[in-house]
Amino acid sequence: MIRTLFLIIMLGLPGVANAVEPDEMLSDPNLEARAREISKELRCVVCQNQDIDSSNAGVARDLRLLVRERLVAGDSDTEVIDFVRARYGDFVLFKPPFKPQTYALWIAPFALPAAAFLIGGILLWRARRRPSVEALSEEEEALVAKVLARHGRGGGK
Amino acid sequence: MIPEIGHFALALALSLAVVQSVLPILGASHGNVRWMQSARSSAIGQVFFVGVAFAALMRSFVASDFTVRNVAENSHSLKPLLFKIAGTWGSHEGSLLLWVLILTIFGAGVAVLGSNIPAATKARTLSVQAWISVGFLSFLLFTSNPFDRVFPPPADGSDLNPLLQDVGLAMHPPLLYFGYVGFSIVFSFAVAALIEGRIDAAWARWVRPWTLAAWMSLTAGIALGSWWAYYELGWGGWWFWDPVENVSFMPWLLGTALLHSAIVTEKRDAFKSWTILLAILTFSLSLLGTFIVRSGLLTSVHAFAVDPERGIYILGLLALSIGGSLTLYAWRAPDMEGGGLFRPISREAGLLVNNLILAAATGTVLFGTLYPLLLEALTGDKISVGPPFFNAAFVPMMLVLGLFMGAGPYLSWKRADIAGVLQRVRFVAGLTGLVTLVVWYLISGGPFLAYVSILIAVWLLLATLREWALRIKFMEAPLSETLRRARNLPRASHGMTMAHAGLAVAMIGMIGSSAWKSEEIVFVTPGAEVAIAGFDLTFAGVERLRGPNYIADRGRLEVRRDGQAVTTLYPERRSYPVAQTTTTESAIRSTLAGDLYASISEPASEEAASGEAWTLRILYEPLVNFMWLGALMLVAGGALSLSDRRLRVGVPRRARHQGGLRLPAE
Amino acid sequence: MKRLIAVVPLAFAVVLGAFFVWGLNPERDPSEIPSVLISQAAPEFDLPSVPGVDVPGLGRADLTDNPGPVVVNVFASWCVPCKAEHAVLTRFVERDGLRLFGINYKDEPEDAATWLSDLGNPYERIGSDLSGRAGIEWGISGVPETFIVGRDGTVLYRYVGPIVGEDAVKKFTTALAQAGALDRELGS
Repeated sequence: MIRTLFLIIMLGLPGVANAVEPDEMLSDPNLEARAREISKELRCVVCQNQDIDSSNAGVARDLRLLVRERLVAGDSDTEVIDFVRARYGDFVLFKPPFKPQTYALWIAPFALPAAAFLIGGILLWRARRRPSVEALSEEEEALVAKVLARHGRGGGK
Repeated sequence: MIPEIGHFALALALSLAVVQSVLPILGASHGNVRWMQSARSSAIGQVFFVGVAFAALMRSFVASDFTVRNVAENSHSLKPLLFKIAGTWGSHEGSLLLWVLILTIFGAGVAVLGSNIPAATKARTLSVQAWISVGFLSFLLFTSNPFDRVFPPPADGSDLNPLLQDVGLAMHPPLLYFGYVGFSIVFSFAVAALIEGRIDAAWARWVRPWTLAAWMSLTAGIALGSWWAYYELGWGGWWFWDPVENVSFMPWLLGTALLHSAIVTEKRDAFKSWTILLAILTFSLSLLGTFIVRSGLLTSVHAFAVDPERGIYILGLLALSIGGSLTLYAWRAPDMEGGGLFRPISREAGLLVNNLILAAATGTVLFGTLYPLLLEALTGDKISVGPPFFNAAFVPMMLVLGLFMGAGPYLSWKRADIAGVLQRVRFVAGLTGLVTLVVWYLISGGPFLAYVSILIAVWLLLATLREWALRIKFMEAPLSETLRRARNLPRASHGMTMAHAGLAVAMIGMIGSSAWKSEEIVFVTPGAEVAIAGFDLTFAGVERLRGPNYIADRGRLEVRRDGQAVTTLYPERRSYPVAQTTTTESAIRSTLAGDLYASISEPASEEAASGEAWTLRILYEPLVNFMWLGALMLVAGGALSLSDRRLRVGVPRRARHQGGLRLPAE
Repeated sequence: MKRLIAVVPLAFAVVLGAFFVWGLNPERDPSEIPSVLISQAAPEFDLPSVPGVDVPGLGRADLTDNPGPVVVNVFASWCVPCKAEHAVLTRFVERDGLRLFGINYKDEPEDAATWLSDLGNPYERIGSDLSGRAGIEWGISGVPETFIVGRDGTVLYRYVGPIVGEDAVKKFTTALAQAGALDRELGS
């Protein structure tokens, strides 16, 4: 079990040495930059949670070449990603697509702070509405004065 | 024999834990002093016996006793001594033993050092801590025994993975565990307070040193892990939002919120139930992390073994501890008295905003990490949630936090004078704008967000330093006056300044290395030249070397800048015959301005390889060392706060001579 | 109101706990990826035959108009488990009349030819995918993978990994019977 784990690490991690090879790279630096960015968003399907830009796996290299091929053919970034997505599914996207099943996910970064501030605000408001300390009655005032006089100073902190 | 001693010691520790679970807390409710005091001996006993067990396991590793299954699976006779020792905590069973050891260390710590804590509270706290001990000791003994023997013993161990034989990686688990297991004692304090039915300013003060210690350690552990990934994995990255990373980060986020919330409880007797909730949730997240890493629920680069049976056991522990504590919270917390009032512009409000943002950020990270699981359970659809989501969601929250953090220390308690604050930060704001413009002028390219982030980071740094300067009248009074004021400021104040400044420095490092990184990837043959970031590198070829257990191809890169020789870099590609792996050892030249980072590998394509070419990768990461520096500053700030003598002075004893105003002795 | 808010953390924990219980189901494989192709038309591809092997190449056109379902198996001579799987597939072809097509993935033609002449060739057609591009079209992540394709070219089922071992064979047989790809009744 642990050996399997380490085996996985052995297969996975040395490959993390940024696997893009010079012979894969495009000569057009803009296209190449786009290719690198897109590769960072695509998940390597045979690895444990790595992108194809950093994986040494054969499939990762094939996909890197494919991405560049599509870019050279004139696809936009979205079209390239959709191309891979059509063949491998949403699992391969590190940036979850915005579809009904992921609305909750993408709304969370807005909803959570909003909810937090809402709850915080409500609790604060209710706290402020708590009745403030009532003034002492005349008798109570006199009693306090007597006690204070007896003990000489405002005994306390 | 020694493994059996270790095994027996664990069983003894478990019995002590069972006793400690019952006696002290019963003693607290019945006023039985002897029972309450028994907690001290059982806590010390627990840490002693778990320590013996840990030592026994470590000894088995050092002696390469392959009759112990754990050693056989995770060690090898050729491993250097340091890594044999580190192998003690390198497996599921071993790391769990470390987990329990730290749990008992914190329990004993409170038992011995907590002389200022009232007896009943201390007894209840130690009982709760013992409940956790019982849970994890029994898990260890019944499902994950590190002392299982294997017969016949193999001739040698089966693990010699070179990638894991690294000092940074060896120290990462102990520091990390000291951090998030350390939050257990804060959890216990919180549950004890709920059981007792009251929490006051004193409680917050007792809790603070333990929270600080755990937080400091967690900060260091996470930073160490990132640093290791940065220099070892070969491509200059330091955070991947991998589920296992996230589960160590979430307790840190909430732990930071807890630290700050406890300050409000201590100073102003407010935010009580919120602080209690944070204390419970921080450790709950640690438990959640332990569960996720060991149960195979999510795929990750560094999860432990996939074992659903163990997962169910841990889930049971979680149900009892988290479920129990939150039920107690739901029942008791609403009865706790609210505290001091404050205006919307005040330090309390600022800290409230801090807490809300941190809580929202934690929630977002949690949601993103678990979303694939949730979605799959509900619809069967499999998706991935990776860095693009987390960066988009998390970074803006942190920027907003940074903005508020800069202003926070200027606010006074209860009500702050907004005009006064604005007037004091005027200069800083202007300077921040200036610096950002200069940065924009000097470094072009990179995303717009990078400049916004630099703006916030610089603002945070300058505002924090300015606040400190104002308080010690730096440059406004003679030096002796400044020094006097600085000496008289409570250490916790210096701690705050150091920590906040440290965060700003770390942010600058993160921005620089992410946004303005440059990279060159080329095939090189001897004599090839590469230019990057103002440096000129010449590849002088590769020579073959022999190491203790590896064969290396070592490249030589002459680095020049403006014609002057700067340094020589020696990246290596190592091959380990026994373990049958190859690793890349990058060569890094570090300065405050940035890292020049080189690695070589054999080309993947055969034509290039046959031409005696090597693939050379060079990265220039500007400002990256600010990150590690910032992390050190964060830890230093925590240490400064921890050493504040106010934390060691307990609840002041009421004078006994005030006649009718005498309060019960504590 | 305060009570209500105080219960929220517990409620969250309980809900999450339920999801975790679901997640611990031992049958579940967190790294398994469902195929996007199921219930879709087979992807566009057209591969030449493997030089040295005397069966024709394979393309999409060969999948769209068949009397019954067929099986497309992605294999390679360098893939160790494929060898064991080969025997299983051969048995399906000879005993159950399964129609088997193959995609030879990133393999040297000489190696593939040798492999097939050593082990026998149960494939009616084999497409030579030297670059691995056809494999990507099928969304494969490794070798071997096997697909059941309906008469009109719709992909009905995908099996990842070698069809070796009692569980795997049983699973695949069930899938085949459901698709109607076997001559015989399931169970006989």
